[in-house]
Amino acid sequence: MQITSPGFKENARTALDDAPLQRALGNVRKGFIEKRAKASAALPEFDLLRDNARDIKDHVLAHLDLYLEAYAEKVEAAGGHVHWAETAEDARRIILEICRQKNARTVTKGKSMITEEIGLNDFLEEHAVAPVETDLGEYIIQLRGEHPSHIIAPAVHVNKDQVEADFRRVHTHLDPARNLEEPTTLLSEARAVLREKYFEADIGITGANFLIAETGTSVIVTNEGNGDLTQNLPKTHVVVASIEKIVPTLDDVSQILRVLARSATGQDMSVYTTFSTGPKRDIDPDGPEDYHVVLLDNGRSSMLGSEFQDMLRCIRCGACMNHCPVYHAVGGHAYGWVYPGPMGAVLTPSLMGVDKSGHLPNASTFCGRCESVCPMRIPLPKMMRHWREREFSRNLTPATARYGLGAWAFFAKRPALYQAATRLAMAVLGRLGRSKGRFSAMPLAGGWTKYRDLPAPEGETFQAQWAKRRTAA
Amino acid sequence: MSDARSAILAKMRSAMGRKADDVERKAAVADRLQRSPRGPLPARGQLPESERTALFQKMAEAVQASVVRVASRADVPDAVSAYLKSKNLPATVRMGEDARLAEMPWSAQKHMEILKGRAENADLATVSHALGGVAETGTLMLVSGPDNPTTLNFLPEHHIVVLEEADIAGDYESVWARIRERFGKGVMPRTVNMITGPSRSADIEQTLLLGAHGPRALHIVIVDKG
Amino acid sequence: MTSSAPQDPPLADNQGGGAPSRPKVGLFVTCLVDLFRPSVGFAAVKLMEDAGCTVEVPAAQTCCGQPAFNSGDRDDTRAIAASVIRAFEGYDYVVAPSGSCAGMLKKHYVELFEDDPAMKQRAEAFSARVFELVSFLTDVLGVSSVDARFEGTATYHDSCSGLRELGIQSQPRKLLATVDGLKLSEMRDSDVCCGFGGTFCVKYPDISNKIVGEKTRTIAETGADVLLAGDLGCLMNMAGKLKREGTAIEVRHVAEVLAGMTDKPAIGGGRR
Repeated sequence: MQITSPGFKENARTALDDAPLQRALGNVRKGFIEKRAKASAALPEFDLLRDNARDIKDHVLAHLDLYLEAYAEKVEAAGGHVHWAETAEDARRIILEICRQKNARTVTKGKSMITEEIGLNDFLEEHAVAPVETDLGEYIIQLRGEHPSHIIAPAVHVNKDQVEADFRRVHTHLDPARNLEEPTTLLSEARAVLREKYFEADIGITGANFLIAETGTSVIVTNEGNGDLTQNLPKTHVVVASIEKIVPTLDDVSQILRVLARSATGQDMSVYTTFSTGPKRDIDPDGPEDYHVVLLDNGRSSMLGSEFQDMLRCIRCGACMNHCPVYHAVGGHAYGWVYPGPMGAVLTPSLMGVDKSGHLPNASTFCGRCESVCPMRIPLPKMMRHWREREFSRNLTPATARYGLGAWAFFAKRPALYQAATRLAMAVLGRLGRSKGRFSAMPLAGGWTKYRDLPAPEGETFQAQWAKRRTAA
Repeated sequence: MSDARSAILAKMRSAMGRKADDVERKAAVADRLQRSPRGPLPARGQLPESERTALFQKMAEAVQASVVRVASRADVPDAVSAYLKSKNLPATVRMGEDARLAEMPWSAQKHMEILKGRAENADLATVSHALGGVAETGTLMLVSGPDNPTTLNFLPEHHIVVLEEADIAGDYESVWARIRERFGKGVMPRTVNMITGPSRSADIEQTLLLGAHGPRALHIVIVDKG
Repeated sequence: MTSSAPQDPPLADNQGGGAPSRPKVGLFVTCLVDLFRPSVGFAAVKLMEDAGCTVEVPAAQTCCGQPAFNSGDRDDTRAIAASVIRAFEGYDYVVAPSGSCAGMLKKHYVELFEDDPAMKQRAEAFSARVFELVSFLTDVLGVSSVDARFEGTATYHDSCSGLRELGIQSQPRKLLATVDGLKLSEMRDSDVCCGFGGTFCVKYPDISNKIVGEKTRTIAETGADVLLAGDLGCLMNMAGKLKREGTAIEVRHVAEVLAGMTDKPAIGGGRR
């Protein structure tokens, strides 16, 4: 997927002017937040479970190499195949190779951000394999030729009337006079169209929410059941997962599941949590005959031991973006790559380089709401700040900001000079702004006064007045 | 791809400043995998059996499953038949080879057709026997195999699941303990499904709709402990 | 002003002796209050003096260092932090009329000195003594009511750092409830950011404008006469937007109302 993160500012402006998008973003602000608040409040142990979920993942990350080896051994013992991919390109090649071995024409796909990350769909199409997204939201954006704008609600930027237009455009075999007014009719139509695809597909590709070392199991969490049909009906099931998805045991995964859905959609549990281990057994009447796991690194191993290691705890619930005022304002596409919102602002620089995505960790007010709701207690603002530090030390900070900051810091480190200069400046500004109490324009403050008045200073600084008061006393 | 494997593992170890033969870390991993320690359990599910069943029912109904309770296994066919009638469905169900289901008096249901094996696309209603239930969230747990093929859980419009009251646990961890007992430590069947309510999607304008790709309706028949 | 006995006051320099009879407070004025709204500083002094403190204002203070810290400039941040710590040694408490600056002093200074154990120790001792003004009054001094009058309906915005770094939410509301004549009308989403974010608002003005526009809408919905908050940055941002929109709502720092010092024109010059 093409990265447009360097154009974040322009992307954001476009998004702010996009009326249908702004209408759709209203749904994020309303639904997700209330539902999460209700679900977390209903479970007294919620914060304790968050602590434990964090501890489990910290333990995993400190032993990740060993758990991966244990996991791979179990997958193979269950008759599955494990493929290790250092880069996105390696992963694509491995998956294509499997498709070729199986003479695959069509693959169905469960929702998977990792396959977005490696740009799998475009690649498969280039090589004459047709990928069919089966998650309703993913299906909608595939029809639209778009990418997800949210990691759990990929089509959250699309309105119902747009879905209707897309279905009419693509489902040309259906009666043009059919009624698609209601969301239920849209859902039924997608269900019927995709049902056939599950049976046609040669391979089913899913992601994984977790990989369990104890048993060699991959876990997917869905509400629709599309992932299950994807992985049960075709003859081959391919799991694509990044290396940090490991959890030690079934008990550990149960702990994290308790905070996942509550944080994501406000459900106590998602409808389907499915544990897959190896291919079908000889006596099984259904299930895939072949089971492959592609383990993707793609830059994650170098996050270990760095100030960004905590980001590898992320379980992709989307709570951070659901609670982010910047995400609410511009939506997911403005971030310019696969992962939007606060988690994307930390992860994208890690995976794609901060030179390409420097805006992302800067475009935050540090309001801290993301960290306050993160089920894995990832200190997202702190890590965005770490990216700013890396940019600053590598001279990637824009020159104007750097000089401004430098001049300010020069005074801020010299209190006497600072007070002399500010006394003078405030006296002038105070006099100029006295009649109205504010300025509607101000040299060098265009970023402020474009949209806001600048309240005028009262005049004399506090320090100056305090010094007088002390002398008088 | 064994070189990719070593390359990734080597990169991780160098980033962490660790060696592959780190005895202490190896012991920590082996210990956790062996002991599988339990974390904190929500008090909500830790109840005496009768209250646990009531909680299971309440939680399952809260996620739009329908629940009936019957006195004994022999009453299950009646309950299934009544459900089909109430939904105006043909008197046909598909099920696997589960011995508990097989022993039930299906033949007493006049005109009821029992199909066996994995689900077909045209199946309207299927019957599965759950391995267990979890009261804390009204979650069913089912395992794959000829007894209860996994496709029965996903292809039909109506999924009917029989659950023994004695198999309802307070928490997921207790059911895992049962699965370890049955399949062996570290061994799993091809598929374990945790199912909490019928299929749904909120992908269109965040409006919740039932019956996305899986069953539109989930009906649970709890067999009370006699 | 009435006080109840504070619960376990965290005293750094007064081990074992209970609360000093007259705590010595160093006021961290904050750069915005110093430059733009000195009356907030005087309101803070009055509130603390009324509660029995001796308040001093070290001259060797400028800013908490947040602009540098949040721009990734660790070296300058460290230099500023070291000078703040030096300037405030010898006080029982360091109090700032801002959740954001107090949050910086209390929650972030220590991490700046990870590789300087001696300085880290001083930073820890310093941070333990730092409080935001309203939480200092209520949580440390046990102030439960104020002697002030304000005729009108107020709405209160929870500034992010104060709320999420320092847990300030009930304290200002508790004291506002004791202001004669004041009625509190809560806005929707009072815990959502106003879009200020320090340098964010000038680096990303389009996004900041969208966020503050949502905020002013929820403010207007309350029908309040006055908007209050505990952070001047947020207040200037919201006041600037409200004025640009031509709204008549007055904007003030919560300390001005609690101290009964509302004779000065409101922020941005609004008139009721």
